Amino acid sequence: MALPVAAVEGAPIDWEVPEQQVGLWSDAWQRFRRNRLAVLGLGIVIFLVGVALISPLLVHFGIIHDPIKQQVESIETPPGVNGHLFGTDILGRDTLSRLMLGSQVSLTVGLLVQGIIFPIGLAIGLTAGYFGGRIDNLLMRFTDIWYAFPDLLFVLVVVSVWSVNGPWFVQLIPIFGAIALVNWVGLARLVRGQVLSIKEKEYIEAARASGSSPLKLILKHMLPNSLGPIIVTLTFGIPNAIFLEAVLSFLGVGIRPPQPTWGQMVADGTEAIYANPTSVVFPAFAIGFTLLAFSFIGDGLRDALDPRMRR
Amino acid sequence: MQAAERAPARVAATDPVLVHIKGAYKHFPIGGFGGLAVRAVDGVDLEIRRGETLGLVGESGCGKSTLARLITALMPVTAGSIMFDGQDITRLRGGGMRRVRRKMQMIFQDPFASLDPRMTVGDILQEPLDNFHVGSVRERRQRVQELLRLVGLNPNFTNRYPHEFSGGQRQRIGIARALAVNPSFIVCDEAVSALDVSIAAQIINLLQDLQREFQLTYLFIAHDLAVVRHLSDRIAVMYLGKVVETADRNDIYDHPQHPYTKALLSSIPVPDPVVERDRAPITLKGEIPSPVNPPSGCRFHPRCPIARVPGVCSEVEPPLEPHGAQDQVAACHFAGQA
Repeated sequence: MALPVAAVEGAPIDWEVPEQQVGLWSDAWQRFRRNRLAVLGLGIVIFLVGVALISPLLVHFGIIHDPIKQQVESIETPPGVNGHLFGTDILGRDTLSRLMLGSQVSLTVGLLVQGIIFPIGLAIGLTAGYFGGRIDNLLMRFTDIWYAFPDLLFVLVVVSVWSVNGPWFVQLIPIFGAIALVNWVGLARLVRGQVLSIKEKEYIEAARASGSSPLKLILKHMLPNSLGPIIVTLTFGIPNAIFLEAVLSFLGVGIRPPQPTWGQMVADGTEAIYANPTSVVFPAFAIGFTLLAFSFIGDGLRDALDPRMRR
Repeated sequence: MQAAERAPARVAATDPVLVHIKGAYKHFPIGGFGGLAVRAVDGVDLEIRRGETLGLVGESGCGKSTLARLITALMPVTAGSIMFDGQDITRLRGGGMRRVRRKMQMIFQDPFASLDPRMTVGDILQEPLDNFHVGSVRERRQRVQELLRLVGLNPNFTNRYPHEFSGGQRQRIGIARALAVNPSFIVCDEAVSALDVSIAAQIINLLQDLQREFQLTYLFIAHDLAVVRHLSDRIAVMYLGKVVETADRNDIYDHPQHPYTKALLSSIPVPDPVVERDRAPITLKGEIPSPVNPPSGCRFHPRCPIARVPGVCSEVEPPLEPHGAQDQVAACHFAGQA
């Protein structure tokens, strides 16, 4: 059809729009980058991931000590003696290499647990929020019941009832499961709340009026618009999961030796905390710094993804 | 006003009816076991004729926007029927509903809330085309550019996000989206209320140009009576969930029959200061009553200057009956007597 420009009589059209196109994600990245702590946190996490990936190779080529090998001649050495940069523990194992290999467990738990939580929380939250009514009621009461369990107690019970033998990543399966089971609740509630508020927005109505199906409404409109808070919650969930795993290992129900984990190192070290404080201090610092780094990233993301923070 | 002289109205009263609303009700239940409900739309009968612009006016909270959402099937009716082009849309589901949606579109009030902030303008405009599988993907892209040109925006703006545009530009995008699938009927729900006066004038002119170009039928909802007069062929006045008067634009402004219409019209300021000084606008007493528990009989009677209370006004609900000019109906026992 012929389409005349329906220009307005008398009034010129305003073509003046900033030339450079700013996408929402690149905009968020700009704001994230300005947050020094968040960038520091991101740096620490990238460093840790690198350490976790290369430490088995370093052990293989003998660049760092074998974390399992007991060196009887250097039990409980202070840092720097006999080539043990961070000292050794009560059995004469090198603390540095144990820390480096221990990061594998912590990071895997932190990241994979969120990977399990994400689809569960998303599915339950989206369904409850979008359909509302009886479905919402049913799902949310179920969620409330889960929420009522004390986290640590629940995880302890699951882990002690259901334990698996094998290499450390196989042993981790019940731990993943237990931590994910107590942690999806928060995400489901958050997603439901997001969907409930977005559902009432005019642009959702507009999309419905232009013939979009419910699936399209959820996937193309509701999900992208609630992604900001979801990502932030997932990021804050990472240190939480790492901490829970450390507690489990500390309590002796986590990963079994010889695979080193930070929680277990703290537990072992406390026996000789006065004689050899470094074997507690280093793994404790490792846990603390990792938690802090993820928290900084979460903080940065929260600010970066909030359009009201735009300057 | 220039438009007021543009009589007679463009559409003759004998034109076939495009939208026919018969006894439409929308009640929103409010908790509890008492069966209480907000009666947002409480028995509306209304006709929208092919090619006309029907102005719908009334106070905030009288049910205008709810009625708009019933007509566009964004909300299910509690009772009643809404015939669109001979089809009862309250009974349609799935595919049938989608086919009707293609013919009727809506322009929303708030240009900042009605565009998805996470989608580019191109994606927003392409969404209805994708939903209805219009043409090939390349044709859809071209159509998007055409639409932008049509509403007076730069066709190269497809990659921009809504937050990069001003309010007036966003409303143009909203209009372009409504036009995307070539509808025959567009509901404008307070489409210019959120805009500055000068921008609103541009948008109104754009709407008129588009109507002429594509033979559109409009339901134009507003609370700005001057705008409604400028744009509408016929005007319907709503009060507390009911239509109280419908008439041709000039008839309703020149000799309103319902006392509520009269009061509403007398609230329009007159540009001439001499006339304005001597004018005595009718001030309604009290607030708009709660739509949960509307007054008995005529629901306007507690605020009506001519009501006979106790008497017929507080006891009998007046039906919409012809009063005044031809094609003018009003729901008042004493129509035209104020």
